[in-house]
Amino acid sequence: MTVWQWLRAPNPRLLAGATAFLLLAAASVVGPWFTADPAEILDPRHSSLLPPLSSCTHLRLRDGTVLVVRDAAVVGSALHARHGGRALTVPLEQVAAREDRFHLLGTDTLGRDVLSRLLHGGRISLAVGGSALLLALGVGIAVGMTAGWVGGVVDAVLMRLVDALLAIPTVFLLLFLAAVLRPGLGPLVLLLGFSAWTGVARLVRGQVLSLKEREFVLAARGLGASPLRVALTHLLPNAVTPLAQDAALLLSDLILLEASLSFLGLGVPPPHPSWGNMVAEGQEVLLQAWWLALVPGAAVAFTVMAAAVCADGLSETARGARHETT
Amino acid sequence: MLPWLLRRLLSRAIIVWLAATATFALVSLTPGDITQHLEGKRIAPEARERWRRNFGLDRPVPLRYLHWLAALSRGDLGYSWLYHRDVAGVLAATLPRTLLLTGLGLTLEVLGGIAVALVQIRRPHGFVDRLLNTITLTAYALPAFWTGLLLIYLFAYRIPLFPPSHMLSPTGELATGWQRAGDLLSHLLLPAVTIGLAGVGAIARYLRGSLLDERLEHYVLAARARGCSMSRAMWVHALPNALLPLVTVVGMSLPFLVSGSLVVEVVFAWPGMGRAMYEAALARDVPLLMGGTLVGATAVVAGNLAADALYAVVDPRVRT
Repeated sequence: MTVWQWLRAPNPRLLAGATAFLLLAAASVVGPWFTADPAEILDPRHSSLLPPLSSCTHLRLRDGTVLVVRDAAVVGSALHARHGGRALTVPLEQVAAREDRFHLLGTDTLGRDVLSRLLHGGRISLAVGGSALLLALGVGIAVGMTAGWVGGVVDAVLMRLVDALLAIPTVFLLLFLAAVLRPGLGPLVLLLGFSAWTGVARLVRGQVLSLKEREFVLAARGLGASPLRVALTHLLPNAVTPLAQDAALLLSDLILLEASLSFLGLGVPPPHPSWGNMVAEGQEVLLQAWWLALVPGAAVAFTVMAAAVCADGLSETARGARHETT
Repeated sequence: MLPWLLRRLLSRAIIVWLAATATFALVSLTPGDITQHLEGKRIAPEARERWRRNFGLDRPVPLRYLHWLAALSRGDLGYSWLYHRDVAGVLAATLPRTLLLTGLGLTLEVLGGIAVALVQIRRPHGFVDRLLNTITLTAYALPAFWTGLLLIYLFAYRIPLFPPSHMLSPTGELATGWQRAGDLLSHLLLPAVTIGLAGVGAIARYLRGSLLDERLEHYVLAARARGCSMSRAMWVHALPNALLPLVTVVGMSLPFLVSGSLVVEVVFAWPGMGRAMYEAALARDVPLLMGGTLVGATAVVAGNLAADALYAVVDPRVRT
């Protein structure tokens, strides 16, 4: 099944999942350029916990103070507004700048715009999940290929190592690594990748074992192709379909894990927004502002669902292709 | 059967040993040692040296490894700095609570999964089937900590049916017998449902797939030909066969039984092993983390072994 054939009759699930995922990624990459600074904190006492769809006005006075007010209206030579619970009247000549803001998803406990934090958090969550996935795929493919191709003692040693790491519950392994390593974005990618490569290695090894006795591989070896060439041009392309399914599921797992770790305070460190630590911040004000915890959690769920639907579609495509050839 | 079991037992024991060695290697080979995490930077060099000697850190790594293995074989998992007691004691106190919580969660998950799959299979690709497919996919995608918060918000605050956190209320702590059990159950339900919701999707999807395959088997056709209704054919004839591979699926989800509840335990302040591990991670209590990881790995390996053995009992074909 070539790419062109697929484009003429695409698998609906794969198409839907991939579209949703790409839209989300695009929104996270492009969105932050069009929204407010997610770290901007102005007058936190009066701009915090605004509900979704609320608007407010930022006033910069001549003496340098910044006020966040609501229902601002100019009457005569003065500006009338509500500041917190009280009415406020400022003479117009004192106002240096006035900026109206609209918060689609409201503001958080420090008065930061939730939408821009969500998009920035998406950037970080997707980047961390994606880099961890690449790391896991790289290490997993290398180890799996080596074990499957070389065989013998190397295979036994590598696979026992994989078995041992697979036996440790992932969350414990992550906690363990998070405690041993210093917190930060780099180490987070490292530890997520480290927790995930074992499954990939096992899968690739199985593929290599089943492929390496096939005629075309024997022919390539007989013609004198180097092991690296055989691995890259003959084994890898034939293992792409199961790898792609595995990668899509792995990505959804990694995004969930990153969110859980960040929620626990062991993932993305707090000045950076991430969907997980946004839920954790929302948890503290669950009763006053339930939407703060709801929105980023829904974003995680949406992303994971998109990746899972992709994986479903990929396996359907693979099954369809197998029916066509047999 | 017996040699088969023995061989399995031996290979699994090696895996546990390797996992333990991996945790030791991770701690020993990463830069910085216990004294750094233990007391911060304002500590006299002599005192630090004394700490290092007390923990045996002045000896070379291979020697430390052997000492650690020797202690491990005696059941000595070390001393928790956070709880100020032996690690084995902390784990022995918290593990049963985790198993209680995740055991109920897993039961709900399996029963729910079977129920959903049986409803779906009544009319495959029909409206109900598609709807339930979407619902199970959503349940799979929801992060457990978030579902937990949602349940707390809805059923502990909006409609105050259940307590939001902890294992026993102060009155339940003093009560005995049925009253205590009732209190425990009311605290248990929300976190257990959270755990069950996270896994119900996987079970239902898997079972639906295998029931769809079983539907086409000849024995189902034979049962139908004898005048058996379709739902009876599914319940009585197809379900036991479809449940067989589910043993493996549940066995594979055993890591979850030990560790998957961690986030849920933190959200619900459930005093189990997961929460102890979480607090150990925050406090960098390395001995407790190592001990917990080892117990987790042992539990996983033992669970997989049990699943294998169970499978061999139910299906003699795999006994090779």
